[in-house]
Amino acid sequence: MRYMFIVRSGHQGPPTPELMEAMGELAAEEIRAGRMIDQGGLLPMPMGAEISLKGDKVSVLDGPFVESKEIIGGYAIFDFPAKEEAIASAVRFMELHRQHMPGWEGVCEMRPMAMQGVETEACASMPAPVA
Amino acid sequence: MTDGAAQRAVLAVWRIEQPRLLAGLARMLRDVPLAEELVQEALVAALETWPSAGAPQNPGAWLMTTARRRALDHLRRDKMLARKHAALARTLEVEEQAMPDLDSRLDDDIGDERLRLIFTACHPILPREARAALTLRMICGLTTEEIARAFLQTEGAVGQRITRAKRTLSESGLEYETPRGEELARRMGSVLDVVYLIFNEGYAATRGDDWMRPQLMHEGLRLGRILTAIAPEEPEVHGLLALMELNASRAAARAGPDGTPILLPDQNRDLWDWAQIRRGLVALGRAQALGGEDGFHALQAAIVACHARARRPEDTDWGRIANLYAVLARGWPSPVIELNRAIAVGFAEGPAAGLAVLDTVAEAPALQRYHLLPSVRGDLLLRLGRKAEARAEFLRGAALAGNAQERAFLSRRAADCG
Repeated sequence: MRYMFIVRSGHQGPPTPELMEAMGELAAEEIRAGRMIDQGGLLPMPMGAEISLKGDKVSVLDGPFVESKEIIGGYAIFDFPAKEEAIASAVRFMELHRQHMPGWEGVCEMRPMAMQGVETEACASMPAPVA
Repeated sequence: MTDGAAQRAVLAVWRIEQPRLLAGLARMLRDVPLAEELVQEALVAALETWPSAGAPQNPGAWLMTTARRRALDHLRRDKMLARKHAALARTLEVEEQAMPDLDSRLDDDIGDERLRLIFTACHPILPREARAALTLRMICGLTTEEIARAFLQTEGAVGQRITRAKRTLSESGLEYETPRGEELARRMGSVLDVVYLIFNEGYAATRGDDWMRPQLMHEGLRLGRILTAIAPEEPEVHGLLALMELNASRAAARAGPDGTPILLPDQNRDLWDWAQIRRGLVALGRAQALGGEDGFHALQAAIVACHARARRPEDTDWGRIANLYAVLARGWPSPVIELNRAIAVGFAEGPAAGLAVLDTVAEAPALQRYHLLPSVRGDLLLRLGRKAEARAEFLRGAALAGNAQERAFLSRRAADCG
């Protein structure tokens, strides 16, 4: 089952070098463990834009933004057999923040990703190449 | 938290830490069966302690300390202390005193260590099923119970198989090294074979109510990704990952809600996982860029890719598929591959040409009890308008089919011949 981790924080400024290094090591380890599929940090909000639909009108907000709100700092996509593993992994990830970036506060949202039938239904067998 | 939930939480934390624990201990002890034992003992210790005392803040360090203490106990208890062990015990003791943060230096070279572990678990001196069980346990961190459920076997039988395999490894005195040169290619073959066996146990699952079988498919994919991360220069590693991703991408479309098989031409291609197909095609591209175009798995992946690239069945490049099967058959002659080539030729050049290819292997002993021979023959005959002959072939196929779904399917095709 795939899980997406989304990290939100009101904290401003880049991570400390120690945290960057620790997260880099963890990512390398998780890739070699075959568990991490993809990950990325997100650049500051002013470099992006907000495209919204409200009252039947699509509008583009291309900065400047109010910086005080919580923003998404990064994401990662993992492959775990069950929710418990996903939680354990996210706890470990947050533990790195506690150790390497004192004072940082934030939330790592862990969300299972919807997948078509794969996880809930077993698949019938037909040898290649007919099925 | 209930007892069951608490146990699952401990197991989950352990499973997250397990790759690093095992790699670290194996490197320290240079004894994989012992390292594996200690990692399991650390889990038992955690299950005994954490639910009542609470999980430690740094569970990885806790597990590693526990495992290392037990390693020391074990080495001290062992009356047959080899000199290597004595020296190792001293080193461990010194480290124990000097370094409270025991696991911090284990991160280096963990990729190499994992590769060595995979080569050990998949060693050719072990029987094939034992290799699969040991790989699932050591590399994927599955418990014996989970492995048993996945292979529809008893926990006792799987436990015994693992114990025997570990004893064989211990007694063989084999060098705990990453093989090189020609030996590497041979040993890598065994690793890929085991990974594909695990994947196929999941992919070809026929009993639809067992949730563990999709997990095997998933573990196979994960093993494939591990291999591409730690042995990125091996083209066949990418070829196998491509083959697994491309096959797995059709999982949701391969069966109806009641478990009835749905053949490739009839599948709803909107249900294919197109992101997974893209990953499969990227992996195939890597295998080819590394010069592995004609590898066993890369060729099969290239065949599946022809299907994956076709948005509609009529877009399928059957000519290319037929050629790829011809290349595959030259390298790995097999009547089953010829049978598949006959299907492709049947679509590329027409049913008569397909039948001509099929007739060259119709007498092959390996195919005499194989239901797909009459099934494919029936299909070609039907397309040639030879209904009575087609009907007889479908009935013969139905009689040979091993599982109920396929039997029902072939009986229906026979009935449709009128």
